[in-house]
Amino acid sequence: MSNAVLSISDVEVGQELPPRTIHISRASLVQYTGASLDRNRIHWDERFARSVGLPDVIAHGMFTMGSAINIVSDWVGDAGRVVEYGTRFTKPVVVPYESGADVEVTGIVAAVDAQTRRATVDLQAMCGTDKVLGRAVAVVVLG
Amino acid sequence: MAVNVSFTGRTYPPTAPYSVGREKIREFAEAVGAHDVVHIDQVQARARGYRDVIASPTFAVLIAQKCDRQLIEDPEAGIDFSRVVHGEQRFVHHRPITAGDEIVGVLTVDSVKQAGGHAMVTTRSELSTTEGEPVCTATSTLVIRGGE
Repeated sequence: MSNAVLSISDVEVGQELPPRTIHISRASLVQYTGASLDRNRIHWDERFARSVGLPDVIAHGMFTMGSAINIVSDWVGDAGRVVEYGTRFTKPVVVPYESGADVEVTGIVAAVDAQTRRATVDLQAMCGTDKVLGRAVAVVVLG
Repeated sequence: MAVNVSFTGRTYPPTAPYSVGREKIREFAEAVGAHDVVHIDQVQARARGYRDVIASPTFAVLIAQKCDRQLIEDPEAGIDFSRVVHGEQRFVHHRPITAGDEIVGVLTVDSVKQAGGHAMVTTRSELSTTEGEPVCTATSTLVIRGGE
């Protein structure tokens, strides 16, 4: 992990961030359940999830959101530089027992403001053909 | 029971202070795969100008959810928690949440809308230190699915 914060001179609109695939297993969801205190059973109890009409256990939207931002934090070089982050939860990520689920996260620079040294990044998170985050946007302060 | 539309604009009293601990920051960062050392190593966090380790960008949900719970558990609000789905979440960080912070949240119900049998409630939690320094504004949209 580099200590250098990304400089505004190295950023331009249209630039793509290094993408990442997040593998989500049942163990990931149990770990996030404990850390986040969001203990809703739809995230770890298959029988319960099915009883409320879901196809299987689904990931916490906040787990996907919290994991997806890592490509931005790592790109800018300091997680403390992420000053805004928002998303819609458009589709659930279904996490089968055997295979788990893979979410592909990509990001592209949508705007750079030289005055405030801020860059806006549009994120995409896909699980198969499902777009699981909608209008996911982060703003970072560059060096 | 229908969601109470008259709750729009309502503000709740500040929550009890949340003590931000180093180990909770580390635990949360690990759970979301945030490997920046700034969440883990206070020496390196200080070298970057922070007072101590800082939280990953969505950690504030721990405190925002405490704020939201005031509304969800308010019997007059008419919200059936088993029907609540998280629709949208946004954070504006005024400065990073840092180990050692004591944070209180003030919840405001920004809007309550009924649409197609569902209700959409947008809440805003203003998180600040007990000294009054603004830390984060967290906005959530909760969708309450209508009955069948």
